[in-house]
Formats: sequence, structure tokens, C-alpha cells
Amino acid sequence: MSKAKLKVREPLTDTQLLMTITICIFIVMYGLAMLIFGGGFLRTQQIFDILNDNASLIIVSCGLTIVMIGGGIDISVGAVTSLVVMSCVMFYNRTGNMVLAALLAIGIGLAFGLIQGALISFLDIQPFIVTLAGMFFARGMTTILSVNPQKLPTETMDKLAGIKIEIPWLGYVANNGNVIPARMEIGVVVALLVVIAVFVLLQFGSLGRNFYAIGGNQTSALMLGINVKKTRFMSYVICGLLSGISGFVFMMHTGAGNATNAAGMEMNAIASSIIGGTLLTGGVGNVIGTFFGTLTLKTISKIVVTSGLNDPWWQSITTGGMLCFFILLQSIVLGRRAKKKK
Amino acid sequence: MKNNFKRFFSSGLGQLTIPIISICLLIIFNLIRDPSFFSISIAHNNDGNMVLAGNLISIINGASELAILAMGMTLVTAACGGQDISVGAAAAIAGSVFVKIIKMCMFDFNSDIKAGYIILAFLAACVVAMLFGAFNGTLVAVFKIQPMIATLILFTCGRSIAYWINGGATPTVSSPIITAIGGFIPGVPIPTPVIIVVVMAVLFKLLFHFTSLELFTQSVGINGNAARLNGINSTFIKLLSFIILGICVAVAGTIGVSRLGLINHETLLIDIEMDTILAVAIGGNSLGGGKFKIGGSILGAYVIQMLTITLYAMKVSSTDVKAYKAVVIILLVVIGSPVVKKYFGRMVSKAKANRSEKKAKGAVE
Repeated sequence: MSKAKLKVREPLTDTQLLMTITICIFIVMYGLAMLIFGGGFLRTQQIFDILNDNASLIIVSCGLTIVMIGGGIDISVGAVTSLVVMSCVMFYNRTGNMVLAALLAIGIGLAFGLIQGALISFLDIQPFIVTLAGMFFARGMTTILSVNPQKLPTETMDKLAGIKIEIPWLGYVANNGNVIPARMEIGVVVALLVVIAVFVLLQFGSLGRNFYAIGGNQTSALMLGINVKKTRFMSYVICGLLSGISGFVFMMHTGAGNATNAAGMEMNAIASSIIGGTLLTGGVGNVIGTFFGTLTLKTISKIVVTSGLNDPWWQSITTGGMLCFFILLQSIVLGRRAKKKK
Repeated sequence: MKNNFKRFFSSGLGQLTIPIISICLLIIFNLIRDPSFFSISIAHNNDGNMVLAGNLISIINGASELAILAMGMTLVTAACGGQDISVGAAAAIAGSVFVKIIKMCMFDFNSDIKAGYIILAFLAACVVAMLFGAFNGTLVAVFKIQPMIATLILFTCGRSIAYWINGGATPTVSSPIITAIGGFIPGVPIPTPVIIVVVMAVLFKLLFHFTSLELFTQSVGINGNAARLNGINSTFIKLLSFIILGICVAVAGTIGVSRLGLINHETLLIDIEMDTILAVAIGGNSLGGGKFKIGGSILGAYVIQMLTITLYAMKVSSTDVKAYKAVVIILLVVIGSPVVKKYFGRMVSKAKANRSEKKAKGAVE
């Protein structure tokens, strides 16, 4: 028997293992919700609702996943999103030009990414401190722009709400016999495109592979001839860019700028990435996992609300609990792996 | 003379250069802007007590919670090489427990607030805060999770837990004793929180004097494995640092509640985690762990409060202060960053070399 015929099954890598756990948990959880609550959970619209509400969170989480794979962290994303929403709404109200507003959104996001990335990678300052300051700056700037909520004009809102993709065959038949198609907002399309783009970048792009390399072991990445500083810088730039895009998507969804917009989004994004199997220490992670991480997180909140625990505190307590569970899971799984290797 | 100067800076006091320089800069700035900023007067408060008033007093008074948290945070930073970002949320929980216990006692015994209730409530708040500290500490020390991520859990849900403890309300507690804790003790012109800070500082000093905690913490922070091989239980030291921070959190939460006489889970010590970490950093402590000086962190806390009050005096609104503060923080960390330090070091040595060259040339000529 020749050796070539023996097919050795490769063990799951850390990335795949953690991602598989998440996807399994998501499917089991959603299935249970279908069985127990029925109703809304039986309709595909439920999934689309979750997607519609959290398109910007998915985009931000993708950016954060890149940064975390590179071994860093960025907690300014939520604040930047909020700043982008506020400035875009105010800009649109002044000029009435949506294309320029979109460019502004991308510009603000890029500016944050560039400055924070430069401070972190070229000046060797701890990412947490820099992005914490960035978060404060963005939040402060948002209130400097306007303390009061700013709204888009109603006709623009209607127009934005009108742009929806309807999928009739995924819809359901209402009581009166009409078929109500599943609706998906344009933001979801953007989010899905971002997920695919980031997936391709991480899986096949040389820059993406470099992110894994510097996150896994900086010294060996350096020895391999990877420009560590530039790679880390790029991770923050991409993350900043994605938070800009996320701000624009957020604006399309809500249509109003408010100082408290996207509050706690950075924590939700970090939680999504962690649940999706991104390791905090860097080097391990997958954007598909992050996507399912967001879905898991938000499905849990939906379940919490549906099951009657609709006091305002339960949502963040369950988020915290989930986070705790997955962080411990990661720590245990990887601890066992490390022991096996020894 | 020169040698003395050098020794002064290379010794532990050198660590305090950043906070001292920043305080000096702020004082000079304020002197130029408005000299009356520093006036201190004696006023009568609502109860008719003689109290000190003025911007300086409000700086020292307002920084109390920050200073207390900074003391505990310094220990955690030194031992674990990371920071606890859940202090604000944990303080909200401690404050909620404090109010809850007082309310329960009042309800059970059907009487007004007595000193005993407050002591009991404070102890309960301490225990709860220590438990949450132990939770964070276990994640960090036993499960080897980065401190900032481990404390992220409590940061996410801490304020909600506080909300839940009080059943979605913001109950008020009013009693002369609580007013005294948050304001002034009758007959004493110094704000009580300042006295509590002094007491806490003395307690820490005594703790370090009578135990080897300081040495152990430093050695765990510098090299955990080496410390373990030398017989120090590094897991325990890390856990202990979080528990001590828990006590600080309970004290800070109690002061925060007493100041207002009510618990508001959303605004109590909001955003204090950033300020606390900053106080530790400005105090010259390495955020990567190792050597530390609690005095530096306390000074750092006062620097931050001074900056805040200066901004308020310049008519910056309280929501906008964040943006300006962030700029100052970035400037400070950029100046303190290793790359910039190295660059300046090279510049200085170059200048020195030039001078000595010139001297040598002069001698030849």
C-alpha cells in the first residue's frame, strides 16, 4: 500500500474548532427557540430582522476581527460610528448631497484609523490606551457637534426606507392570505459584501496572511521578513475604514444622529469576535465565525426579550454572561491544546 | 550639585517628574488665564458650618474617588500588567448594594437611618465588591485571560446588574450621616472625602510597611515565572490585587453615593475607568506591570481632576470635556512613548557630543 493513498485527516485548527463550536451553538440555540417560542422564530423574516438591525454591528465586528487577529484591540469603533452618524446627518441637512455624505463617512473612519494606527504601530503605544482616547475623542466630538438629536428630513427617510430588497419565496403567508415577502435592507447587502471581502482578504490576500503572522508570533513574523509595523498599521486603517462604513449604514437604518447612538457597540463587537472564535491573543480567528458570533449574540437578546425578560437590564447581563462563557471556553480549549502539544 | 540632581532623578522620585511637571504646567496656565482660579475662601454651607471653598478645594475634593481607585488600580497594573476597566461599573454595583442594604434596614426596623445601618451597608458593599474583584481576579490569575478582556465582562453588564439590584429605580437616601460622608463633617472645614483619601493612603502605606506585598507584587509583575520559582504564589498575589481593588471600589462607590444622596446606576462614576488608568499612567507607573509607586498615581489623579476643573472653568460643557481630555492624553502618551523617548535621548546625546567636540576643538586651538 502506497503512502499516498493513506488519507490522513488533518485535525481541526484552532480557528476552525472555535468557529465550529460557535456555529453549532447558534444552530442549536435557534432550533430550540423555534421549538419553544415558535411564532416569529419560524419565519425567515426573524433572521432578516436580526440582520437589518445589526448590519452596522456586523461591519464593525469584521474590522475588529482583523485588528484582534493582528494581536491588537480597537475600542473606539462604536464611538467613531456614532460620530460618523452625527456628522453625516448634519452634513446632509446642510448640503443635501448623499454621495458626499458617504465620502465624509469613509473619510472620518479612515482618519481615525490612520491616526490611531500610526500612534500604535509606529510609536509603540498600547493599543488600548490609544483607542480609549480615540473613543473619548469621538464621543466628545459628537456632543460638540450637537447635544440634541439630529434627524434627516422625512422625505429622505422615506426614500431610504424604500430601498429594500424583497425576497418573495422566503416570505410567509399572512392571516388574510397575502404573501408578505422577506425584506432585507440595503445595509445588510453592504454588510454581507464586507464579510465576503474581509474573508477573501484574510484567506487569500498576502496582507491577510500577514495579519495572522504578526498576531501569532511577532518575532517570527519579523524574521520571516514581514513588515510588522506596516501590517499592524494597515489593520487599524481597515478597521477605521469599516467603522466609517458602519456609521453610514447605521445612519441609513435609523436616519437620526444622536449622542448616545451605538452606545456599547464596541463591547458588542468585541463580544461578537470572541464568540466567533477570534483569540484575544491574536493569530487565530475567522470572519465567518464573527458573522455567526453577531447572530448568536443578537439571537440570544431576541430570545431574552421573547421569553418575557424584557426589563432593560437583562440584555446586557446575558451579553456579559455569554462573553464570560465563551472567554472561559477559549481559555480551556486552548489550555488543553497547549498541554497536548507538550 | 550636579550629581545630587542626577541621583534625585534616577531614584524613585524620578518617576514623579511627569505628574509634577504637568501640575506645574497647569498651574502656570491657570495663573496666566485667571489668577483668581486659586483663591480659597471660607464659606458657610447650608447647614451653617464653616467650610473651605474654591477651585483648589473642589479639585482636591472631586479627585477623591479617582485617587482611591487609582491606588487599587496601581496594584493591579503592577501585578498583572493590565488594567481593570470595570471599576466604574463595579462601583455602581457597590453603591447599589450600599443603598439597598440601608433601605432594607430602614424597612425591617422601621426607623430612620442610623450609623449602624451605614456601617453594615458599607461592609456589605465591600464584600460584594471584593467578590466581583475575586471574579475578575480568578479570570486573570487562574484562567490567564488578559485583564482588560476579563474585566470587559463586568464592564458590559455591571451597570445593568446595579440597575437590577435596585429594581430599575434610582432610590435616594437622606441622612445627616450620609451628607457628612459625602460633604463635610460639622465643625471640620475639610471635605470628608479628602480625609478618607488620606486614611486610605495611610492604610496602604501601613500594608506595605508591615507585609512584603509591595516586593511580591513587583516581582510578580516583572517576571511571574521567576517569582513563582522563588516561591511566591503569583496566582494568589494577582487575585489579592484584584480583591484590594474591590475594597477601593466599594469605598469610592460609597463616597459617590453619599455625595448625591442617591444611586444612579448610569451616571455614578461614569467613565472613571479611563481616568483611573490615566492616573496610573501619568503617575509614571509602567502600564506593563512591574515597579510601581502609589504616590505617583495619587498625584496623577489630582492632575486629571485639575485638568477637568480647568476645562470647566473655561466654560467647556461636561459632555465635551472628553474630547479635550483625549487630546491631552494622546499628547502625554506620545511624549511618554518609548520611540519618542529614544529619539529625544539620541538628540540629547548628540548635543552633548557636539558640545564636547567643540570643547575639544577649543582646547586644541
